[in-house]
Amino acid sequence: MSGANDPYDPKQVAALSPEALDEAVSSARTAFAGAGSLEELAAVRPAHLGDRGPVLLARRELGALPPAARADAGKRVNAARVAVTEAYEIRLAELEAERDARVLAEERVDVTLPWDRTPRGARHPLTTLTDRIADIFVGMGYEVADGPELEAEWLNFDALNIGRDHPARTMMDTFFVAPEDSGLVLRTHTSPVQARTMLSRTPPIYVVAPGRVYRTDELDATHTPVFHQVEGLAIDRGLTMAHLRGTLDHLARILFGADAVTRWRPSYFPFTEPSAEFDVWFPEHRDGPRWVEWGGCGMVNPRVLVACGVDPEEYSGFAFGLGIERALQFRSGVGDMRDIVEGDVRFTTAFGVEQ
Amino acid sequence: MRVPIGWLAEYVDVPAGTSVEDLDTAFVRLGLEVEEIHRPEQVAGPLVVGKVLEIEELTGFKKPIRFCQVDVGEDAPRGIVCGARSFAVGDTVVVALPGAVLPGGFAIASRKTYDRISDGMICSVRELGLGEDHAGILVLGGEGEDVPPPGTPAGPVTGLDDVVIELAVTPDRGYCLSMRGIAREMGTGLAAPWRDPGAATPPAWSGEPAWDVSVADPGRCDRFSMIALEGLDPTAPSPWWMRRRLAQSGVRSISLAVDVTNYVMLELGQPMHAFDRGKVSGPITVRLARDGERLETLDGSTRTLAAGDDLLITDETGPIGLAAVMGGASTEIGDGTTSVLLEAAHWEPTGVARTARRHRLPSEAAKRFERGVDPEMTVVALARAAQLLAEHGGATVVGGLVDVDTRAPRPVIPLDASRPARVAGVAYTPGQVVELLGAVGCTVDGDGADLQVTPPSWRPDLTDPADLVEEVVRLAGYDDIPSVLPTAPPGRGLTEVQRRRRAIGRALAETGYVEAPSYPFVGTPALDALGLAEDDERRKAVLVRNPLSEEEPALRTTLLPGLLATLARNLSRGQRDLALFEHGAVFPGGVRSSAPLPGVEGRPDDETLAALLGAVPEQPWHVAVALTGNREPRGWWGAGRPAGWQDAVEAARRVAAASGVELTVRAGERAPWHPGRCAELLVGESVVGYAGELHPRVCAALELPARTSVMELDVDALPASSVPVGPSISAFPPVHIDLALVVADDVPSSAVTAALRSGAGELLESLRLFDVYTGSPVPAGSRSLAYALTLRAPDRTLTSEEATAVRDAAAAAAAEATGASVRA
Repeated sequence: MSGANDPYDPKQVAALSPEALDEAVSSARTAFAGAGSLEELAAVRPAHLGDRGPVLLARRELGALPPAARADAGKRVNAARVAVTEAYEIRLAELEAERDARVLAEERVDVTLPWDRTPRGARHPLTTLTDRIADIFVGMGYEVADGPELEAEWLNFDALNIGRDHPARTMMDTFFVAPEDSGLVLRTHTSPVQARTMLSRTPPIYVVAPGRVYRTDELDATHTPVFHQVEGLAIDRGLTMAHLRGTLDHLARILFGADAVTRWRPSYFPFTEPSAEFDVWFPEHRDGPRWVEWGGCGMVNPRVLVACGVDPEEYSGFAFGLGIERALQFRSGVGDMRDIVEGDVRFTTAFGVEQ
Repeated sequence: MRVPIGWLAEYVDVPAGTSVEDLDTAFVRLGLEVEEIHRPEQVAGPLVVGKVLEIEELTGFKKPIRFCQVDVGEDAPRGIVCGARSFAVGDTVVVALPGAVLPGGFAIASRKTYDRISDGMICSVRELGLGEDHAGILVLGGEGEDVPPPGTPAGPVTGLDDVVIELAVTPDRGYCLSMRGIAREMGTGLAAPWRDPGAATPPAWSGEPAWDVSVADPGRCDRFSMIALEGLDPTAPSPWWMRRRLAQSGVRSISLAVDVTNYVMLELGQPMHAFDRGKVSGPITVRLARDGERLETLDGSTRTLAAGDDLLITDETGPIGLAAVMGGASTEIGDGTTSVLLEAAHWEPTGVARTARRHRLPSEAAKRFERGVDPEMTVVALARAAQLLAEHGGATVVGGLVDVDTRAPRPVIPLDASRPARVAGVAYTPGQVVELLGAVGCTVDGDGADLQVTPPSWRPDLTDPADLVEEVVRLAGYDDIPSVLPTAPPGRGLTEVQRRRRAIGRALAETGYVEAPSYPFVGTPALDALGLAEDDERRKAVLVRNPLSEEEPALRTTLLPGLLATLARNLSRGQRDLALFEHGAVFPGGVRSSAPLPGVEGRPDDETLAALLGAVPEQPWHVAVALTGNREPRGWWGAGRPAGWQDAVEAARRVAAASGVELTVRAGERAPWHPGRCAELLVGESVVGYAGELHPRVCAALELPARTSVMELDVDALPASSVPVGPSISAFPPVHIDLALVVADDVPSSAVTAALRSGAGELLESLRLFDVYTGSPVPAGSRSLAYALTLRAPDRTLTSEEATAVRDAAAAAAAEATGASVRA
């Protein structure tokens, strides 16, 4: 409680009167609201919130009050200060938002302008499709094997049960290499990698061998003398033709859609027995769903196992080979082989770097 | 092999309602690939057999015209005008009656012409769409011959209804190069009754063997059969049906004797040869060729024979036939031949293959013998031919049969009855296995698990248990095989080499290069255009003995010729800005030992295997780029940036980075590069490639734009990358300093960079050349190189004194190493 002194009424100090403070707040509000820009707001600010502004001047008067009255008056002054500051900040935020919006609008650009300063390159679709197929097999636990394109005749033919005078040897349209006794050919298929693999590893063997192969065909819409195959080979205990079919079906589904399956036709390859050619059901074919010839397959001929040092009584195996050009032709609707071969950038660029 | 369905139906009771598509499916399921289905052109409306009763020769027109009375099986003959003359009264012909429409939409109507009413048309072979036979009118037969009566629908008679299915027969199935073999397969495939045309029993010709024959080399000829015929009418034509079937089979009709041998070959699969008996002198001997022997074959060429390997049929005069491949000219059947010796033999396949290949004579006979012919057929075929020659040419067999037969017994193959099931993953019963082998023609003995299988004489390809397994699985049907995914053991993923090749391709593609693989064939002009010196090792190439183009007989030793050709092709198609890359094997030449050809009875011994693998040359994997035009295009941002030597060098650096290898660069000189704009690419001290601008002369020679730039690098020469070590990252603030140095023009920037780096020491975080300036105030003969240095300490904030000390030390090192002075 205060003492017996003559009570001091702060309202008697004009600046501290509630009316004066209300007036200060309201005039500040009006002034801030009237500021049409950040500059105008900045210009009116000192009059209301500056050192000479009514609220701060009122605050100075507080010191003159007796302690009893000071608390009460202090509260009122403070409330007024908060109200003025708030009014200022609200207006400031409004004006800043307006300014930002204006600046952002002024900074608008045409985002559709091209910025192709760095040209886009591409890998050849034969490469990317080969990689894709290899990856599918790697996912199944296979390893990828490589072999030379200029290959020993023995590995390309003899080891695969294609004897010197075998009709299949003549039918392979082989490129021979000088001198005549070099014993070398440009490999006619990726199958010699089978032989190399069996000669250098012990079963179980699960490998795929993608690569470039050669036949003496002239280039036309459906043939090319230099083309690509992927060879697959699995040697293990108890492998059957059912496992071969399962493997090819799996590959077909990944490459050609969930509805793809393979169909087999009996055929002949000296290095497999039984042998089949296989077609794939391709629902997305550009000319409508259909069977498409894709490759050859079969159970590795026991004679090949013997020549490569694998015991055919203990192990069996399957092998398959498929054409990458052919797969690319029907999977991507390429009508003319020459487009695949000629290296026209318009063709290759359409395929990007991965598929 | 072309299979006329009408001919096939003679042996196989094709079920009613079987369509051509059904046959197609059946062939494919049997493993006989259908290459093409030839459907004859359709004749609509009435087409009948007619007999020419009268011919009235009309005169007074521009050309001779005939008005014929033709019996077409109606009450009265029809009058038909005809301009052709190759038929006579009594001949049976094919008549298109009014209302018929011949191939090509040619409608037949009754009309007045040459002052007569022509009530139909006598058809020629060509008008019926049956072939290009220039003989004119199709005469089915003359008076007294066995021909269908007038009025018979002519479609089936002419083979007009006959679809021909062309099959691709795999080399193991020689027996399917005959109607006999196809009939057996289709009997099984359609589950239809069928008759074996080879099952006929030949007559027992009496008398002494008709000729003295000996076989000196039974290893190459285990059966030689022969009969003699006399009284052949050399003018007798081959009957229409035979000519028609030969035509359907793609065989040209020549004369009755030749046609009969060809026909019997198609029917039974046994190739035969007819000698003019009057031209054969003395005993016939089958023997190997001797040194210096020559033979003029039926095709008119004189062939030098391979002593000790070409097998011959000889008489006293020397060679008269190249066994199994082609007959000789001296004993050829001629226009006056009335007496023939017919030969049917069985020859060893690989010898036939060698002779056919050596003399480039892939004859129909050789094709069959190479793939295997049924040795049981020789005498059956002789009998069939004799019957046809008797019927159509009046010939009679004289003397007895010659049959020199030294065949070994057929081998027996042991087969575990459960093996087919184990191979296929299908549960065949033993009974099923025996039944299916029986359908193939095998004799199967034994019970339970152990079968003893004797393959039929026409299946020499069946030698191993695996072959028998294939027959079982094939005839049971491949569609029965279930789909089961095997579980492979865990793999190791791609090898480092494989990952590196992928990384290189991807890095270049992401940098704007387009992959352009090319054929690896090159010729000398392409190497000349590159300006390679005479002794350049890239001229030592591997040569292809049978190149597709004589201009490009060698395998590439560098990727550049192919890549630049692709660049030129793209330019010629209107492209201007190009950045291409290729990676692949190259084939360095040079002398090396021959690759051995060991046997296949087992794994070659280690020494042989090492020699074999060692004889295959290294084929290094190269990568190359080629650029021309703008590397960055002009755009709304401003002008384009032309591609140049810098891009080629940077491509090499990208390749190295993708390979996890650091590349250094120094000035080099090598064709085909511009001598002043060629970078030698090194890893450590070894050169791995070159990059830069092409020599102007090379651009001119290849008609490429000036400043075309290329890089080629041997990827296999890059060392293996090591596992990257993670740097420790300092969070203290960096100090950035720019430093410009003036150096003589002949000092490479790399030397300055290296000196700065070593002088700056451990506090240098990074260093980058950001400007090169020449011109005032930099003295002539010098240039200013400006570097941005980032300094940072691992454990503290650097003071400005420390930073200045580093800068001064770097500059001092550069000054000492290169004579560089700090630019004021």
